[in-house]
Amino acid sequence: MSSDLENPMLLIGWWVSAVLFLAAAVPVVYRIVRGPTVFDRIVALDLFAGICLGIIVALAIRFDQPVFLEVAFVIALVGFLGTVALARYLERGGER
Amino acid sequence: MNILVAILMVLGALFCLIAAIGVFRMPDLYMRMHTATKAGAFGGSLLALAAAFHFGTPRAGIMAVLIIVFFYLTAPIAAQVFGVAAYRRGVPLWEDSEIDELRDAVDPSDSGKAEPSDK
Repeated sequence: MSSDLENPMLLIGWWVSAVLFLAAAVPVVYRIVRGPTVFDRIVALDLFAGICLGIIVALAIRFDQPVFLEVAFVIALVGFLGTVALARYLERGGER
Repeated sequence: MNILVAILMVLGALFCLIAAIGVFRMPDLYMRMHTATKAGAFGGSLLALAAAFHFGTPRAGIMAVLIIVFFYLTAPIAAQVFGVAAYRRGVPLWEDSEIDELRDAVDPSDSGKAEPSDK
């Protein structure tokens, strides 16, 4: 891997948080697949975008790339717009 | 400083995990939204803070502050719009819920009908 972190504290923190993020993705995907209504699925997808944002920020720290923070900001923006647009669409009908 | 960054990173991931468990376990949509918006936004904010401390440059700090402010400005708005939309479409509350303050404010007769034109 390029640009290895020399600090063992940071490396341990990175691995622990990576495992926690993976563990967080599992129940969210379950809710996306099984959610009884569309609304449950969208809430789970919104949280999934949040988890992706966290993973990207953690990767920015891991590989010393501050550019990834801009990516995280764009994901936050798109996630918000998508949630509000879907809510407005489903409020007026659309599928259940 | 490195220890602080590591602790913030693990805490942020932990809050994301808590939000995910809440989305998995909570009995109805509104409680799932409660955990997803609050714990999820807090986890992302902690990670942005960790990145700001790690890089220590003005650019990373500005981006982290932008992410945090944007989270806390938009998460309540999205949750409110989304909750009202779900309530209008008749998504049921948990059967043991005791307070339903929207019942009088939302007219159930027009739930789920697509309107031909904007109000």
